Amino acid sequence: MGKLYTKKLSKKDQLKNLEPKKETVAFLLNYSKALRVVDCQGIKFGAILN
Amino acid sequence: MNNVEITDAVLVRKYMDGSEAALSKLITRHQHRIYSFIFSKVFDRDVAEDIFQDTFIKVINTLKRGKYNEEGKFLPWVMRIAHNLVIDHFRRNKRMPKFDNSGDFNIFSVLSDSDLNIETQIIKDQIENDVKELIKELPEDQLEVLTMRIYKDMSFKEISERTGVSINTALGRMRYALINLRKIIEKHNLVLTN
Repeated sequence: MGKLYTKKLSKKDQLKNLEPKKETVAFLLNYSKALRVVDCQGIKFGAILN
Repeated sequence: MNNVEITDAVLVRKYMDGSEAALSKLITRHQHRIYSFIFSKVFDRDVAEDIFQDTFIKVINTLKRGKYNEEGKFLPWVMRIAHNLVIDHFRRNKRMPKFDNSGDFNIFSVLSDSDLNIETQIIKDQIENDVKELIKELPEDQLEVLTMRIYKDMSFKEISERTGVSINTALGRMRYALINLRKIIEKHNLVLTN
């Protein structure tokens, strides 16, 4: 059995400094910028504009 | 004197009025709490990432469509969305459980597929057909005993009763049948292994 030289974090430690990846946040911001909601006679349509 | 933090309500209003920077501020402000909450339920970075993304997609869609009712409770509202998506995730996995085989323990080291695959099944059929052909080469009395014992699963007592010989004779014929079969196989250099 090979030795493990890395310290395994406890579940409590794992919860510290947890943040989503920058790519995920960037995706959300880009999604938001691309999304346009069109109101057509009271019905709202979402359109992704590139 | 610009240290006063803009409230969530103001940022939401600004975002609904078209300010993308407001959304960026809202995400930056709450990402840790929301992501930690999701991770504390699912304990998987990738799944938490997916649920976090889906949560904010719902938030963005709702705000852009103007369906959000501001009651000064932006974070609890987002947390509720995240909570519902976590429940959806577990419901989905309950219907279709996923086994995570990424750890030290490999489930396939204890589980095996006992069924033959197509190739080994074909080989097995070929060998059985070859053996049937070889048996036909045996003398009649040995062929009779071997067929009854192996293919009809009869006991030597039943064989002796059916053929009218003693049990010892039946045993002897079976023994010679096997010896002769081996000789035929060696003579023709046949390989009968799977």
